[in-house]
Amino acid sequence: MNSAYYPIAVFFAAIFTNNILLTNYLGMCSFLSVSRELKTSVGLGIAVTFVMASTTVLNWLAYTYILIPFGLFYLRYIVFIIIIAAFVQLVEMIIERTSEGLYAALGIFLPLITVNCAILGVSLFMVIRDYSLLTSFFFGLGSGLGWFLAILAMAGIRQKLVKAKVPAGLEGAGITLIIAGIMALAFMGFSGMITIS
Amino acid sequence: MFMTLLMSVAIVSAISLFLALLMVIADATIGNYGDVMITVNDDKKLTVKGGQPLLKALNGEGIFIPSACGGRGSCGLCKVKVTAGGGQYLPTELPWISDAEKAEHIRLSCQFKVKSDVSIEIPEELFNVKQFTARIERLRDLTHDIKEVRLALIDPPVIEMTAGQFIQFQVPEYELTEEPVYRAYSMASVPSDTGHVELEIRLVPNGICTTYVHKYLKEGDEVLLNGPYGEFYLRDTERPLICIAGGSGMAPLKSILLDMAEKGSTRKAQYFFGARSKRDLFLVEEMRELEKRLPGFTFIPALSEPAEEDNWDGAVGLITDIVAQQAQDASEAEAYLCGSPGMIDACVKVLTGLGVPEDRIYYDKFA
Repeated sequence: MNSAYYPIAVFFAAIFTNNILLTNYLGMCSFLSVSRELKTSVGLGIAVTFVMASTTVLNWLAYTYILIPFGLFYLRYIVFIIIIAAFVQLVEMIIERTSEGLYAALGIFLPLITVNCAILGVSLFMVIRDYSLLTSFFFGLGSGLGWFLAILAMAGIRQKLVKAKVPAGLEGAGITLIIAGIMALAFMGFSGMITIS
Repeated sequence: MFMTLLMSVAIVSAISLFLALLMVIADATIGNYGDVMITVNDDKKLTVKGGQPLLKALNGEGIFIPSACGGRGSCGLCKVKVTAGGGQYLPTELPWISDAEKAEHIRLSCQFKVKSDVSIEIPEELFNVKQFTARIERLRDLTHDIKEVRLALIDPPVIEMTAGQFIQFQVPEYELTEEPVYRAYSMASVPSDTGHVELEIRLVPNGICTTYVHKYLKEGDEVLLNGPYGEFYLRDTERPLICIAGGSGMAPLKSILLDMAEKGSTRKAQYFFGARSKRDLFLVEEMRELEKRLPGFTFIPALSEPAEEDNWDGAVGLITDIVAQQAQDASEAEAYLCGSPGMIDACVKVLTGLGVPEDRIYYDKFA
């Protein structure tokens, strides 16, 4: 726990063994709706990674320096969600103003993830697990990359799936959830590789 | 206890206030693009608040671009040509834009935000286009498969149209469609009746809009329309007219003829109307009535396969043959056609054979 390598361990654990999407099943809505094409899922993946890494840091600071000193840790849900929403909004505005290319590639996805539960989930896990600021940052970054990896894999599969004959009742979200389940099973193969509390 | 309560309220409020303040400042600085100029068709200049989607900006200036989804980027209808100041395409536009459209700088106006001065090109007719709420005033069966739909306009209460133009009818989501769709129908009403619109809609098996109109729509229902559109109107000349229609193609010609009658036109006009048998024929009496009001007008209904019980003593044969036999002064005439693509193509061939130049043949094709 106190090892200097701990943040790195958390980073890799968040990507593989404790993947926020495939083990906690958080952030499902955008995962299901935006995983139809590789190109768009890359944009969304990068956006999620960026927002997770930044908001864990912001939320850690707000939690440690505002909520804890006043003994108001039970307000973390509401405080975290408004910080995330404001941050995402602000970043979108800045990107839209400054870089057209970046906005086209990334900014357009930001409003989609304002209320993504994976992002709030990561902030809450960080508090529950009592991470330090550095560990929190790596945890956020790793969780984002893990989510990115999962949606990338799903988009790759779904692009192939277009050619497959899917039973009518399972088209769309149905088959995607089944695939996500099988992917989660595959990711279980990583379990035990790294353990974090 | 009380203190904690007060404290939690104070802290949450303070954080919210801080963030809200931040947003307000950001909105006024980063998000403020100032006023931008939209130049429409190199002519009209509109000054609008920057940063909003083009569709919304134009809407605010009273220019209505047809859109079925209301700006969510899911219908792909609100395309506009941006000739200057366009910038890069957004991923949300690309599914709707073909390579040919990209080369022409056609953008999806609900996604494209106006951040600096832009020049756009939109068809002139769109300036007059509005969205209407209307109530179904009367539904009437014209034949076994054609219904007349009379709509009373609610908001805005009046329409400025030219006889022969069409309107788009919005079908809300129901059994056959998951999202609202638009279908175009010619208006059969006379332009002077500004508070009403009449449509003639033929039932097409499994047609999304026609099934809705025939099976679901009731008198008193409210619907959405937008329009008017179209270049199918009577040219202001003194040339004799040859009008040809079939089925619900009656609508725009009825409007044109009623308009002529009101204006006291004395132009020579022949109106050939093709139907299979008597049960497909409608508004014959109204047309005979028009013959009395319009001195130069003759109505020539023709049946291609009259049934025995029809006792039909009028013209018999395909409409193209009847036109070939009976059309008068063809080389001097202007022709107005409305009907199925097959009928139009055949008629254009016959008319050009009779000596009507192609640039004087006007038509509305129903696909």
